[in-house]
Amino acid sequence: MRFVAVKLLRSAVTMWLVITFVFVVLRISGDPTDILLPDDVAQEVREFYRVKWGLDQSLWQQYLAYWKALSTGDFGVSLRAGLPAWDMVMERAPKTLLLGLCGLAMALFIGIPLGVIAAQYQGSALDRGVMSFAVFGFSMPNFFLGIILILVFSLHLRWLPSSGSGTLAHLVMPAFTLGTAFAAQIARFTRSAMIDVSSRAYMRTARSKGAGPLRRVVSHAFPNAVVPIVTIIGLKVGELIGGAVVVETVFAWPGLGRLVTIAVANRDLALVQAILILIAATMILTNLIVDLMYGWLDPRVRDARNAAGHRREARA
Amino acid sequence: MTVFSAKPQVRPGPRRQRLPLSVALAAGFAVLILFITVFAQVLQPYAFEEISLLDRMKPPFPLEGYSPDHWLGTDRLGRDLLSRLLVATQTSIALALLGTIIGAILGTGLGFLAAHYGGWVDEVISAAVDFGAAMPYFIIALAVLAFLGNSMIVFLLLMGIYGWERYARITRGLVLSARQEGYAQAVHALGGSPARIYARHVLPNIMGPLIVQVTINFPETILFETSLSFIGLGIRPPLTSLGQLLGDGRDYLINAWWLAVIPGVVIFLTTLSISILGDHLRARLDPSLQG
Repeated sequence: MRFVAVKLLRSAVTMWLVITFVFVVLRISGDPTDILLPDDVAQEVREFYRVKWGLDQSLWQQYLAYWKALSTGDFGVSLRAGLPAWDMVMERAPKTLLLGLCGLAMALFIGIPLGVIAAQYQGSALDRGVMSFAVFGFSMPNFFLGIILILVFSLHLRWLPSSGSGTLAHLVMPAFTLGTAFAAQIARFTRSAMIDVSSRAYMRTARSKGAGPLRRVVSHAFPNAVVPIVTIIGLKVGELIGGAVVVETVFAWPGLGRLVTIAVANRDLALVQAILILIAATMILTNLIVDLMYGWLDPRVRDARNAAGHRREARA
Repeated sequence: MTVFSAKPQVRPGPRRQRLPLSVALAAGFAVLILFITVFAQVLQPYAFEEISLLDRMKPPFPLEGYSPDHWLGTDRLGRDLLSRLLVATQTSIALALLGTIIGAILGTGLGFLAAHYGGWVDEVISAAVDFGAAMPYFIIALAVLAFLGNSMIVFLLLMGIYGWERYARITRGLVLSARQEGYAQAVHALGGSPARIYARHVLPNIMGPLIVQVTINFPETILFETSLSFIGLGIRPPLTSLGQLLGDGRDYLINAWWLAVIPGVVIFLTTLSISILGDHLRARLDPSLQG
């Protein structure tokens, strides 16, 4: 229970740091009226907007006002669209969540079995095949993979729609594109985790007591390899989010990635800030889930230091 | 798993293996790309931004209707795709090279500092490493571009900072263990200054893992730059990069697929070659890293 409490507290502190950091960077990065208003606008108009957006107050007052606003769900108004930033973000978020989860599921369903098989037949042609797939998978830029899929399945075969969302058919290519590079990394990592485990004493014990190969893999090797695999998934979720931004552009998927791309191009800071905070919250939540999963997967890890150690080990 | 021992690799005898075909091909392609990066301006048959409205949308060589003046065809403004491709390759590779070098120097330097001073310096650098590893860098880059606006300096710095934390972590670990080695202590006993020990004795000994990290980081930097340019937030017209070229070509998939596919193939083959070379190098430099 204490383990969970410490984790929750740490997540809250990180979140507070991120929000404060975003605030500080936003306020020191320049005057929004310079970006948003034309150069030749009258000084009175400029002042009007400075007062309207609260830019005339001291930094402390702005910070307090910022927290007060955030606590009521007010993330400011998108300066281009004129709509509340949070509403715009929340309207798009489910689409990106759907895409991200499907991409992740694809990566796991392809990556883990491939990695296990490669480790089982280490050094064979099968192993080399899987490892070649892995190298191809993460050398392939996801936007190029997406374009090839569009050319083949949308324009040539006419099986799948090339853009938009709504039906399951719309989801297939974006999820596959997003999942491929991740699957390659997971396959590679699963393979080395499984090979690492296979030389342990308990594996010899399992073999000598007569457990078959399938049973050895499923109930002896894999449960021990799963902790580093979960770790790497937690670490790579950030890359998945970055990948989603690009993939959404390729397939005109109406999610947060498209929104943030347009917001950055327009320097629509309220919108960028709302998306940043949401993504940071997602990352912190993911890390929390991964940390809690350690405790569940590996009873030895029920204190904070060990979990951190796991993460460091996996990164090395 | 990174190995934290910096023992010089002792190889039994001059046993030379033949280079695998894939590695030879990868090396050849990497040399070609490097050649293009240096000589793009000399090699381009036309100026890459030269518009020729009478020659719009010409297909590349084996396709019907190609023009012998433009082997790779032309784009919507009649600009020669081969010339654009050469210059785009130059931009992308030069940016990735510069970014990788900046990141390697920055990260390695901070790693040395953390290992040398220990204490709060180490704490601060290690905390920054953890933060860098935990946050999605692509998103941070987007935020920076939104806050500061896009300029070449900002963009180059983003390339440079990318991946610094991995060099820092590796260097810190390696230096800490190298200091315990006999050779470092011997030089210290002979009166060598710390700077001399690090530069002349420790650095050469930990070079292997750092070079391996460069071969991992370099293709990732290429993908990072091309991704940003592809979504229109990196290199923008009138300049061109492989990602920008591909993003431009995306709008013409129906009637001019080659505009997107040709730059895509160049990006893919480049990152693939370097990954293959990196894997090979890793196997040679550090046999315990197999797998």
